[in-house]
Amino acid sequence: MLVDSPPEERAAAAAPPSRRGTRAAGLVLSAAVLVLVALVSIAVGAKELSLAQVWHGLFQDSGTYADVVVGERLSRTVLGLLAGAALGLSGAVLQALTRNPLADPGVLGINAGASAAVVTAITYFGVTSLSGYVWFAFLGAAAVGALVWFLGGSRGATPVRLALAGAAIGAALYGYLQAVMIMDDAALGRMRFWTVGSLASATNATIVQVLPFLLAGTLLALLLARPLNALAMGDDTARALGANLNRTRALAMLAATVLCGAATAACGPIVFVGLMVPHVVRSFTGPDLRWVLPYATVLSPVLLLGADVIGRIVARPAEVQVGVVTAIIGGPVFILLVRRRRTAQL
Amino acid sequence: MKTAHPSRTAHSPRTARSPRTAHSPRTAHSSRTERPPRTARAVRTPGGLSLRVDVRAFTVVVLLALAALAASVLLIGTGDFPISSSDVLRALVGQGKPGQDFIVRDLRLPRVLVGLLVGACLGLGGALFQSVARNPLGSPDVLGLSQGASAGALVVIVLSSGGATAVTLGALAGGLVTGLAIYFLAWKQGVHGYRLVLVGIGVNAVVTAVNGYLITKADFVDAARAVVWMSGSLNGRDWTQVRPLLVLGAVLLPLVLANARGLRMLEMGDDTAYALGVRVERVRLLLMGSAVLLTAAATAAAGPVSFVALTAPQLARRLTRSPGPNLVPSLCMGAALLVVADWASQRVFGADQLPVGVVTGALGGVYLLWLLVTERRKGRI
Repeated sequence: MLVDSPPEERAAAAAPPSRRGTRAAGLVLSAAVLVLVALVSIAVGAKELSLAQVWHGLFQDSGTYADVVVGERLSRTVLGLLAGAALGLSGAVLQALTRNPLADPGVLGINAGASAAVVTAITYFGVTSLSGYVWFAFLGAAAVGALVWFLGGSRGATPVRLALAGAAIGAALYGYLQAVMIMDDAALGRMRFWTVGSLASATNATIVQVLPFLLAGTLLALLLARPLNALAMGDDTARALGANLNRTRALAMLAATVLCGAATAACGPIVFVGLMVPHVVRSFTGPDLRWVLPYATVLSPVLLLGADVIGRIVARPAEVQVGVVTAIIGGPVFILLVRRRRTAQL
Repeated sequence: MKTAHPSRTAHSPRTARSPRTAHSPRTAHSSRTERPPRTARAVRTPGGLSLRVDVRAFTVVVLLALAALAASVLLIGTGDFPISSSDVLRALVGQGKPGQDFIVRDLRLPRVLVGLLVGACLGLGGALFQSVARNPLGSPDVLGLSQGASAGALVVIVLSSGGATAVTLGALAGGLVTGLAIYFLAWKQGVHGYRLVLVGIGVNAVVTAVNGYLITKADFVDAARAVVWMSGSLNGRDWTQVRPLLVLGAVLLPLVLANARGLRMLEMGDDTAYALGVRVERVRLLLMGSAVLLTAAATAAAGPVSFVALTAPQLARRLTRSPGPNLVPSLCMGAALLVVADWASQRVFGADQLPVGVVTGALGGVYLLWLLVTERRKGRI
């Protein structure tokens, strides 16, 4: 949507039937890729499994050592699927909502807000269960989202101002996390692993506790595709087309907050997934959010699981947390986007 | 259905926004509409030289310097062994009681000097960065320099459990490498303020993640040490930290001040500055390099004390009510701010309970909120 396309491409994006067929086929192909990456994610790790062993563990579980490994990696993979979809979708929604190609839950500090709230809940309010502190995550994400929006200049926000506001608030929250970890050794022991963003601690219980929120958020985001399309054309045009601007904005913010908050509560802050995937998706779907959002839902987990697999391979038998890997991949992509002339002009 | 295409307006802010908001970042320092009467005076010497002096800015500088020194005396007197201010002054000139002499001159004076120098470096570096980035949020803490220096220090702490000197060198190297990386990644026929800011944010995210990873790799003792270092602390600083800062300041301050005019022209935009005879990229590289060195050295000495570089220039600017980068007032404000924050943290939480960086961090949070409330309507962020 925000990537400038030449006129002939714009005309093509008005979706003639053949193009629509291509895009649907592409979506199926993406889903196939996702299944493949998920299988790799189950097979690869400190102990290598063959695909036959993976198959055995998934469908004929008889409690062998390999089956147990498959079970462990399955919850990790499923959480990666869910969190990846949530982060990518919330990034795509935020980019549409703010009309800003650099929007991402990480760049805008929304992740940091959620994690600061979670750390507060665990350290000072004694909340120990995920289903308890996920609400704090929502609160933190929503508060920082609103703060960044206002600090960035709300309607007059430019990508630079929004990103700066997000970075500044993120830096302040980072300082707060440091202070908590200095004053409380127990918090340091627990939180230094969580604040990096990792799928390693995933269990079935984790998944069950965040699943309702992630499903609701995903559904809401996908339903918002049409109104957000209208919003992309500018306030006046959208209003003329009959879109309810404030309701769309509020619902989009709600969806982004729930998705990002639940994902952060489950795996810690993971940055740049929501930034990268929508850009990749737009390059072949065009700007229509009715395609961008489903594609982002399917392809974001590919990125997250891929990053997780890379993190498990490079430091075997230990692992590099997925949040570190996505940041190392995403940082250069972010800088490339910044250097691109069209984006920079925004 | 050409008009129904979202991409047409989505990336054309020039039609969607007024020119004023779209260009406001570049007028960060100079867009005041109601400016009080200028207080500048010209001082003329018999030999025909004349010097323009802003009386208000000059007064602010003097007052801030006095405040910093007064807070330093108070800070020296504060601790497990309290000393009255008059005794501190007596001990400083070498006429105190024997026990106090040792405490004041060997233990607490170097620490306070490090505080003053680090604050001054951060204030000056922050003013330079904000001016080059043309945005009051464009400080070294936000643009990844502090995190870069931390990464250098963390590598030393985690991988080799190195001593204080090694950590200092590591932080210096980390800060310089990060500064260079940001500059070259933002380079594209020149370095523009906005690109510098965004590239800095990207680099910051990467380095922050690497730092988090390093902390998870450390054993618990090293991790605790790393976290304290990373919040910025003056605890246990001595003369070995004072001297490099003094030398660096003596070299860089004249260099920066000599180029201050060019910096002020740069705030009007590259084209205007170029037309006025400023060698844009050279001045910018020189000042950026100085700012990176100042920040890296300050971080190496005391850790990344957060938000002094962000707040000091802005507070100074509001006191002097003067447009432009306000370099010397920012420097004095930084020094005063850091020493006062350290004194406050010792008075409120007890000696060396809480690193000074936590206090300045809280201060930065309050400042951001205040900025949110008062400034955003004016489109200056």
